[in-house]
Amino acid sequence: MKDVKVLGPGCARCNTTVEMVKAEAEKAGVPVTIEKITDYAAIAGYGIASTPGIVIDGKVVHAGGLPKADDLAKWLKA
Amino acid sequence: MSVHLSDHTPSEQGRNLRWLAGVVAALALWVALYSQLVPFSEWAVSALSIDAHSRAGDAVGFFLYEAPKVLLLLTIIVFAMGVVRSFFSPERTRALLAGNREGVGNVAAAGLGIVTPFCSCSAVPLFIGFVSAGVPLGVTFSFLIAAPMVNEVALGLLFALLGWKIALTYLAFGLAVAIVAGWVIGRLHLEHWLEDWVRNVRAGDVVVPSAKLDMVDRIKAGLDAVRDIIGRVWPWMLVGIGAGAAIHGYVPADLLASIMGRDAWWSVPAAVVLGIPMYSNAAGVIPVVEALIGKGAALGTVLAFMMSVIALSLPEMIILRKVLKAKLIAVFIGVVGTGILAVGFLFNALFT
Repeated sequence: MKDVKVLGPGCARCNTTVEMVKAEAEKAGVPVTIEKITDYAAIAGYGIASTPGIVIDGKVVHAGGLPKADDLAKWLKA
Repeated sequence: MSVHLSDHTPSEQGRNLRWLAGVVAALALWVALYSQLVPFSEWAVSALSIDAHSRAGDAVGFFLYEAPKVLLLLTIIVFAMGVVRSFFSPERTRALLAGNREGVGNVAAAGLGIVTPFCSCSAVPLFIGFVSAGVPLGVTFSFLIAAPMVNEVALGLLFALLGWKIALTYLAFGLAVAIVAGWVIGRLHLEHWLEDWVRNVRAGDVVVPSAKLDMVDRIKAGLDAVRDIIGRVWPWMLVGIGAGAAIHGYVPADLLASIMGRDAWWSVPAAVVLGIPMYSNAAGVIPVVEALIGKGAALGTVLAFMMSVIALSLPEMIILRKVLKAKLIAVFIGVVGTGILAVGFLFNALFT
């Protein structure tokens, strides 16, 4: 089970990112729990300065802008 | 991660070449389209059977020439900027700024504000991310002022509509306002006017792995920027050019010159105050600015108006209120507004 956190204050792109993570996880057959982190202090605590950010199993893999689907698949399978 | 065999495989090279050829072909098409702008607008006005010398003909001709021209120029500038921005990220910029003192830091922050990808929707995470990582408050402000004000859309439109001299001047003075205003805010030591929780946030020492981008990725980043930015600003732009066309065709020059001309000193502060509640972006404002200048408005006055509309926007203040106490927002408006005023007066005095 991969623990995925999507960091973002709730902008349109953050929601799109959540949907992308869901879709890629399903395609890759990787079971995930997805959590949205919207609290600014918590977001900053992860050390990113641009949103949406993605944290997988406690590790920041992406910050700023929509992720690429290929990259998502790679991160989920890693 | 030292060996990237895939960089040199033949298929990879073929892919790079195909993309490069695509870019060159697109550029050729761009040049061809651009050279047809005047014939097109003349043809279109005559096809609509409007007298080219009437007021309506004047306005319609203005619109049919300016709209495609601005769109073309903006597309190429946004594309180029998208490619440049793929070399930068807010996290990298923050790392560059965190080691800087004030002064040098303000200059670097304003400069990086132009090339770092920035969207006002992430102004708050960016602000916290910078401050909590040890970027001085004033330096953070220099970045936050420059990033929206001196952007590729504003510069591109100024270049397209008013020429490179004015675009360069806007660039220089926009940076100057960001540097000086940030420096002043830093000197005032207003850290206690941040919301309390902001001061307690400690940024994690996480290094975001930057994806390795090849040439094709960067071209794609440019195309994404075009899709994203042009897709967002074109309605503003058309409305702006439409308003500009109406001014061009119908507003009498004497009237504007008396209100916004060089002799009316009060027009500069009025332009700044008027600009704050107005929320538009460069795409909507600059075509209006061009038409106003054509009708005898003073350059400094309209420039001040433009900077105020773009840099001091009410929605951004409301977003920033989450991290700044109201007093600090007031200081921010005061300092930036003063800077813009100075630019307006200076311009009106210099360009006579």
